[in-house]
Amino acid sequence: MTVGIATAVWGGIVVLFGSGLLGLVYKGFDRKLAAHMQGRIGPPLRQPFYDVTKLMIKENIVPDHAVTWLFNGMPVVSLAAVATILFYLPLGGFAPLFSGYGDLILVLYLLAVPALAMIIGGFAAGSPYATVGAQREMVMLMSYEFPLAITLVSVAWRLATILPGAHTFSLAVIAAHPLWGMVGPLGVIGLVLLLISLLVVTPAELSKIPFDIPEAETEIAGGLLAEYSGRNLAMFYLADAVKMIVMSALVVALFIPYGIAAPLGLAGALGAFIDALFFLVKIFVVIFFTVIVVRVGFARLKVDQVARLFWLPMTAMALLGMIFLALDRIL
Amino acid sequence: MALPRSFKKALWVFHVATGSCNGCDIEIVAALTPRYDTERFGIMLTGTPRHADVLLVTGPVTRPMLSRLKRIYDQTPDPKAVVVVGGCGSTGGVFYESYNVQGPVDEVVPVAVYVPGCPPRPEAIIDGVVKAVAHLEQAGVSK
Repeated sequence: MTVGIATAVWGGIVVLFGSGLLGLVYKGFDRKLAAHMQGRIGPPLRQPFYDVTKLMIKENIVPDHAVTWLFNGMPVVSLAAVATILFYLPLGGFAPLFSGYGDLILVLYLLAVPALAMIIGGFAAGSPYATVGAQREMVMLMSYEFPLAITLVSVAWRLATILPGAHTFSLAVIAAHPLWGMVGPLGVIGLVLLLISLLVVTPAELSKIPFDIPEAETEIAGGLLAEYSGRNLAMFYLADAVKMIVMSALVVALFIPYGIAAPLGLAGALGAFIDALFFLVKIFVVIFFTVIVVRVGFARLKVDQVARLFWLPMTAMALLGMIFLALDRIL
Repeated sequence: MALPRSFKKALWVFHVATGSCNGCDIEIVAALTPRYDTERFGIMLTGTPRHADVLLVTGPVTRPMLSRLKRIYDQTPDPKAVVVVGGCGSTGGVFYESYNVQGPVDEVVPVAVYVPGCPPRPEAIIDGVVKAVAHLEQAGVSK
């Protein structure tokens, strides 16, 4: 840990509020663009802010059958876990606030925490709809975790073979050394396969259509969130928005960590500003192609279809990508 | 306490059918189509009363739906408002004093807005939901 306490605290506050605001703005873009694609006008960009403010005012009901402390605790856990990931991700030209030896593994575990929090909250609600939603979320968590883990670990492993001695499981190191230029043609094929599998995992991680089976408004009435209202629902809403930023920032850090300030010959504060703006654009591109377009273009898959999709084709693709990276090293 | 502006801009509705003939329900669905696009006013259909601000009730209250309607009303978090859609829910309509009907919706739960019609036009339903905001404000004041 190289940063001072004051930097960590102030940086943490900026990252937390910034990511909350950014997440809600991107959610606004998501809804506006999705509406345009469906031939509608759509809500204003500020709509998610209206929604959250409204939910904060609403009464917070805890059902009679619920386990109260679990039911109220899980939204906080979910939001906290998502926010913690942000401290380990390189954001734009800025290095992550915390970095160490095994950041990638920590991020992998922290990514599972919001889903687990929603599962526990769903079971704690004591409603049949929420229970069905929690079971579906568990199935999905088990499905997408394997290709996700293969992707993250393969990238770090290939980097470790190129840079012996570096902390290649640290996201700062991965972002500083893009693999694309360091591997041969076979490695590039492998990286493309890994990128595709990570892009397919992204909407599942975010529970967006076609992988929104745990929430499925039209069949299980909001599923996991069926019994949540008011402040708790607002926290899940915020956690969902921030998670969108987290997942796309992870894709950017692993596969497209390039800045445009250095090629343009800019340095200092202006360079950092341009890089931060470019980072926002990169995040937007990732969200556009993994969430917005996919959400409008596809219908919801069934539970068994999701499990089969991730267990067979996506795992095979990720493994193939790993094999290509390994072949690239041997040959 | 007056409700902030964001409340009027983010009304989530839940649809309760208490024995309607499905005519009003289809008009509610029509109001949500891209042609009317209620999402541009922030009006969204939710799947559960826990997320709702406005309950859209259609149909006269039949005997089996009486307890359910009361329960759904209680499940909705405050501040909330009920909008009755259609003639049957407003007055009983053609089912007035029928042996199986417990009376119009306002005899069971407090009603903010009546949208008459058999069925009402989607524009009228959207108008009714928007007018329910005034009732929400009154509920906010009384608390």
